[in-house]
Amino acid sequence: MDMNLPLFKFGYFNDEVSLIVAFVIGIAFGFVLERGGFGSARMLAAQFYFTDMRVFKVMFTAITFAMIGVFYLSWLGYLDLSLIYYSDTYLLPQALGGLILGIGFVIGGYCPGTSGVGIATGKIDAMFYGVGGLFGIFVFGEMFPWIEDFYNSTNMGKINLPEFLGLDYGIVLFIVILMAIAGFTGADWGEKLMAKKKASQVKES
Amino acid sequence: MFKFKDWFHHHHHDNVRKGELTPYHYTNPYLIGILLGIVLLATFVIMGRGLGASSPLSTVVAVTVNAVSPETTQNNSFFLGYLGDGETNPFKNWLVFQVLGVIVGGFISGAIAGRARFIVSKGPRISNNKRFLFAFIGGTLMGFGAKMARGCTSGQGLTGGALLSLGGWVFMIATFAGAYAFAYFVRRQWT
Repeated sequence: MDMNLPLFKFGYFNDEVSLIVAFVIGIAFGFVLERGGFGSARMLAAQFYFTDMRVFKVMFTAITFAMIGVFYLSWLGYLDLSLIYYSDTYLLPQALGGLILGIGFVIGGYCPGTSGVGIATGKIDAMFYGVGGLFGIFVFGEMFPWIEDFYNSTNMGKINLPEFLGLDYGIVLFIVILMAIAGFTGADWGEKLMAKKKASQVKES
Repeated sequence: MFKFKDWFHHHHHDNVRKGELTPYHYTNPYLIGILLGIVLLATFVIMGRGLGASSPLSTVVAVTVNAVSPETTQNNSFFLGYLGDGETNPFKNWLVFQVLGVIVGGFISGAIAGRARFIVSKGPRISNNKRFLFAFIGGTLMGFGAKMARGCTSGQGLTGGALLSLGGWVFMIATFAGAYAFAYFVRRQWT
């Protein structure tokens, strides 16, 4: 059995071809996002009012699927999991960045990728969001000399949850799957509850 | 009763009342999740990397600042990081091409479903101009936050999440926490 995945890392094609691959993957990514309703800010924001939890459902289904996929392919010996790049962990900057991005998400209605889909399908608010995004990055860049120390703090290197928790990769995988199932059940229950609440409000008014 | 057809044409009440009425409804989120998972897994096994969205925006900003004021970028390691070695075009970059694809793919899906037209996505209780202001403010926070976190919902969330990256999971939990904590204050915009 030959290990030859990821294809690019084993030299199956060069940088030029990788850009075509990027474009094709991007088309699939954008198509799926739009088809899921992620080109609409109102649909995305519904997540945070428990009326439509599809942001959570889509994200965690995708994460769980790909997580099981890479684990299975590497267990079979086809894929070298250590060759797949992901960024280093900088604990505090990533926690703060996530908080700021989350607040921006519920105020603006998009995240970076979904704003691209929003712009592509003519959402005028997504265009304002995109201009804001450029401005925010400009501000970050201009402030960089002052925040550089914090930006580089709490660096833990390339580290995953199994390494951090000292648990087997398969065990963590199993825990995430259980969490996803519990989350999906909770999300479906929350949506039903909100729908009932809305229906009773309509009756009263 | 379970109807297979509903998986492809998911009905959403918001679609029916507002200007976002579509001939085809959005697809079931779990099916979309599996399709997105396939795209993510394909990216891992073909490229040995994940999806992203925010870094091409930084390239645009860095190239613009560099054109206006090169002395600013030369003394700033953040901007310099997006300008490359000076020989290859900074836009000849994997994520730049991937994001161009996202825009094309999003347009194709929207066009097929009859959703590609100029509208403002918002709740009924807010004016267009206020919505634009909020969108700009939210975008600004997003841009700043994504740079602070070294990635966004795609790069840290989807990619880091599926690869069980510690930083990716911390980012994701913080993102949902931030959005839920602030949702109350902007509820008039959406509901």
